[in-house]
Amino acid sequence: MKHIVIIGGGIAGIETASALTDAGHWVTLIEKDAQIGGKLNNWSNLFPNFTPVEKITDELKEKCRRKDFSILTNTEVNSVLRNKDKFSINTSDNQQLEADAIVVATGYELFDARRKEEYGYKIYDHVITSADLEQLFKSGEKLTVAAGKIPKRIAFVHCVGSRDEKSGNHYCSKVCCITGVKQAIELKKHLPDAEIFCFYMDLRMYGKHFEELYREAQEKYDIQFIRGRLSEASEKIDKSLLIKAEDTLSGRPLKMNVDLLVLLIGMEAGKGTAAAATSCSIGCEESGFLQTADSFLQSNISMQDGIFLAGSCTAPMTVNDTVLHARSAAQEVNNYLQKTR
Amino acid sequence: MKDFGYTVIKQRTIDYDQFDGRLLNEVLQMEPSFKVCLSCGGCTATCSANDLVSFNVRRMNLLLRRGETVELESEIKKCMLCGKCMLVCPRGINIRNVIMLIKKSILKYNPVKS
Repeated sequence: MKHIVIIGGGIAGIETASALTDAGHWVTLIEKDAQIGGKLNNWSNLFPNFTPVEKITDELKEKCRRKDFSILTNTEVNSVLRNKDKFSINTSDNQQLEADAIVVATGYELFDARRKEEYGYKIYDHVITSADLEQLFKSGEKLTVAAGKIPKRIAFVHCVGSRDEKSGNHYCSKVCCITGVKQAIELKKHLPDAEIFCFYMDLRMYGKHFEELYREAQEKYDIQFIRGRLSEASEKIDKSLLIKAEDTLSGRPLKMNVDLLVLLIGMEAGKGTAAAATSCSIGCEESGFLQTADSFLQSNISMQDGIFLAGSCTAPMTVNDTVLHARSAAQEVNNYLQKTR
Repeated sequence: MKDFGYTVIKQRTIDYDQFDGRLLNEVLQMEPSFKVCLSCGGCTATCSANDLVSFNVRRMNLLLRRGETVELESEIKKCMLCGKCMLVCPRGINIRNVIMLIKKSILKYNPVKS
């Protein structure tokens, strides 16, 4: 029986593990956190149809229970050594694992919004990120600002930490445009009297039902879209925020007072993926995401034989894309193992 | 002659075939970072001059790319070269240098002046 070690227990890791177990292999999943499920555990609802995250995570966790593969939580990979067609993996709790193939599914990290100091995250009281907002939705708490006031006007800022030389990230994070539209609608449902604005550079509604949700946001929820990137935010004495942008379509500078500012933070390859790149000796792209052998037909193939890639360690990805990418990774591993039999 | 109020109206269409790209090319050659402007307007939002007069850094890119050199020449005088726009620009464009280059070269290519 062939043994496959999967690094990372998020959706990509679990889905790959599950598919490879189905194919009759022995799989070990290594997860650095105490529980599997990855970043999805911190999210509330998914675009574009507001599916509760639990619907996905519960099903994935159920797959883990039903299927016979080992899960090592609170565990990280120290080193990977290759010996011909075999790999020997040393873990942070000093276990030695022998594997025939490795799947890297280390995912992404969220952009640290403190790096865009001009927007005042963790400096001003009522600047939050899209991730904070999801936590708030998840907790079911009521959204209030200074002195228990219900926010009357809320602005979303698109492309925070993406498409931005100053953050060192040239790429588009792909998921934030539609996340902004989704969260704007959710906020409007929570606070029907609030005015909600989205400040964008381009709106990239490429996915199935994305454009429809954007239209719904305008038509049913009166979300207003202003084309212009925020230059800065400043806090006023009453803790509200003065934001500045150019309304590029009317060609004039615009300022606006808002009670709450939500930063739509992007994805970065993160420490876990960088560590995997080093331990597995596979290359990174300029963006920090892992290099694939080719972007069309071999997006699961790393620069090392026998090491495969699944999910958002290769590029920013939606949940749907991640699941599909994981399944195709399993297929590639399977093909490879048949060849080396 | 009786004035009926008729005049010849100038065409508003951008006639790209009449476009003189010499100024644009010279600026882009000297400051290639200007090629990647994505018209986000961050520069204009933070511009110190822009609060008071209609000066729009983002529009400079358009004027240059459409050959509107006459308007460009009068616009560019409003810039105080403070460089705040460069702190904001998500594409890292050396905007101050772009302005200086336009100032230097525009007289050469402005058909009205020459």
